[in-house]
Amino acid sequence: MIDAIASVGRFSLDALAVLGRASMFLLRIFAALDAVVRRFGLTVWQVYSVGVRSVLIVVVAGLFVGMVLAYQGYITLVDFGAAEALGGVVALSLVRELGPVVTALLFAGRAGSALTAELGLMKTTEQLSAMEMMAVNPYRRVFAPRFVAGFLSMPLLAAMFSAVGVMGGYIVGVGLLGVDSGAYFSQMQAVTDWNEDVMSGVIKSIVFGFVVSWIAVFQGMDATPTSEGISRATTQTVVVSSLAVLGLDFILTGLMFGGN
Amino acid sequence: MHAPRREGRRVRIPGDSNVSQSASAETPHIVVEDLHFRRGRKPIFDGLSLEVPRGRVTTVMGPSGSGKTTLLRLIGGQLRPDAGRILVDGEEIGRLSTRRLYAVRKRMGLLFQTGALLTDLSVFENVAFPLREHTELPEDILRTLVLMKLEAVGLRAARDMDPAELSGGMARRVALARALALDPELIMYDEPFTGLDPITMGQIVTLIRRTNHSLGLTSVLVSHDVNEAMSISDHVVLIAEGRAVDAGPPDALQARASDWSAQFLEGRPDGPVPFHYPGASYQDDLLDAGGRNHD
Ligand SMILES: Nc1ncnc2c1ncn2[C@@H]1O[C@H](COP(=O)(O)OP(=O)(O)OP(=O)(O)O)[C@@H](O)[C@H]1O
Ligand SMILES: [Mg+2]
Repeated sequence: MIDAIASVGRFSLDALAVLGRASMFLLRIFAALDAVVRRFGLTVWQVYSVGVRSVLIVVVAGLFVGMVLAYQGYITLVDFGAAEALGGVVALSLVRELGPVVTALLFAGRAGSALTAELGLMKTTEQLSAMEMMAVNPYRRVFAPRFVAGFLSMPLLAAMFSAVGVMGGYIVGVGLLGVDSGAYFSQMQAVTDWNEDVMSGVIKSIVFGFVVSWIAVFQGMDATPTSEGISRATTQTVVVSSLAVLGLDFILTGLMFGGN
Repeated sequence: MHAPRREGRRVRIPGDSNVSQSASAETPHIVVEDLHFRRGRKPIFDGLSLEVPRGRVTTVMGPSGSGKTTLLRLIGGQLRPDAGRILVDGEEIGRLSTRRLYAVRKRMGLLFQTGALLTDLSVFENVAFPLREHTELPEDILRTLVLMKLEAVGLRAARDMDPAELSGGMARRVALARALALDPELIMYDEPFTGLDPITMGQIVTLIRRTNHSLGLTSVLVSHDVNEAMSISDHVVLIAEGRAVDAGPPDALQARASDWSAQFLEGRPDGPVPFHYPGASYQDDLLDAGGRNHD
C-alpha cells in the first residue's frame, strides 16, 4: 500500500520534472529564434528533410481517406436522396477534422520519430557536446531550426492532405458513384465557411505542428545517451504526441464549435 | 607582449578579445584551485589543484574512473564546479556568462575520445564547420584553410568522405584538424591513444608534438597510456581519489616514484589504488543476496 502511494508520488514527480525540463527547453528555443531568422537557410533545409519527405505519405493517406469518405458519405446520403451534398460532407470532414488530425498523427510517426532519433544519436555520439565546445550553441544551430521547420510544415501538409482528399472524394463520388460533377463542387462551396471551417482547421494544424515538433525535438535532446534510450525516446515521441494531438483536438473542437 | 610568430596566421574572430596575448609566457595557462565536484553522492574531485604551463604538453594521468574526462568538461565549461575555481587565461570558467564562455571556447579545442564528428557532414565540411560558424570568410579562402588543416593531419585526399567511412584513427585526425581550424591557443585531448594500432598511435603522437611545437599552443592530454604520455609530455599530473597526488616533469616523476606514482607508472595491480570500485564489502553483498532469495 505504502509502496503504491510512493510509486504514484514518484511518477507524479517524474512527470512534473519532465514538464519543467520541456518548458525550459521551449523557452531556450524561443530565445534562439533570432538565429532562425538570421540564418533562414538552415530552417529551409530542415523544412525539406522534415516536411518535404513527409509529403508522399500525407498525399497517399489523403487520397485514400478522401475516397473512403466519399463511399461512406454516399451510402448515408443516398438514403435521404441528398447524394449531391457529398462534396460538402467530404470537404467539411477533411478541413475541420481529418486533415489536421490524421496529418498530425502521420507527421508524428514519420517526421517526429525521425527528428527524435536524429537528435538522440547526435547527443549519444557527443556531437552536441562537440558543437558546444566549438562555441556553437546547439539551440541556435540545431534545435530551433528543426522546431520551426516542423511548426511551419504541419499546416502546409494538412492543407495538402485536405486538397488531395477532396480529389479522392471526387474520383469516387463523381467517377464511380455518378454524383454530378458540378453539384459536388457547388455544394462544397455552399457549405464550407472560410472562418468557421477552414480557419478552424488551420488553427488546429498550427497547434498540432507546434506540439508535435516540441515533443519530438525535446525527446531527442532529453534522450538517455544509449541505444536503448534513443529507442525509448522515439517511441515516446510517437505515443505522447499522438495522445496530445487527440486530446487537444477534443479541446479545440469544443472551444471552436461547442458554443453554437 | 605579442607573440610575433603567430601574427598573421590567426583567424580573426569577431568579439574575440585576445586576453592571453597580454599574459606573459610565465603565467600558467590553466589553474585549477581546490576543485570540488560530485556526481550524485559520489565525489569525483575533492580538493584538486593543478597548473598547466603555457605552450607545453601537459598530461593528466589517473586510473579509469578517476575523473579525467570530467576534468576536461569542467575546464571547457560544460560542467560547473561545486566549489573551487578553474582559471583559463585568468578567467574563471564557472562564473562566466554564456557569451563570455563561448568567447573563451573559441580559443580552445577539445578532442573527444570518439572524435565526435558531425555525421551529416563530409570530412571537408566538418573541418569547415567552425570557420563557417564563426567567420565570414569567402569560399576560396575557407577552402584553402580547410585543405591546409587536412594536409597537416595527412587527410587532404579524404576530404569528400563521410565520417562513417573513416577508421577510428582517421576520425580522430579529422577531429584534430577541426579542433585546429580556428587556431586555438589551447587544445585538450581525451584519451587520444586508446584503441589505436602502434602505427596510428605513432602518427597521433607525432601530430600532437608537431602541432604543439609549430603552433606554439598549450596542449592538455588525458591518458592512461603511460609510455606514450611520458614520452610526449613536458609536464605530468597524476590524479587519484579526487586530488593531484604528484606533478612534475616526466623523468623527475619516474625518479621520485612515490607509492602512488610507482604503482601507476609500473602498472602494479596492488598498492594504494584499490582495484575495486568502492562499495559494500563482497561478503555483505553475497550474504545480502542469499538472504533475499530465502524470503
Ligand atoms: N553522466 C554521468 N552521470 C553520473 N556519473 C558519471 C557520469 N559521467 C561520469 N560519471 C562518473 O564520474 C566518474 C569519473 O568519470 P570520468 O569519465 O571522468 O572518468 P575517466 O577518468 O575519464 O575514466 P576513463 O579513463 O575510464 O575514461 C566515474 O566514476 C563515473 O562513474
Ligand atoms: Mg574518460
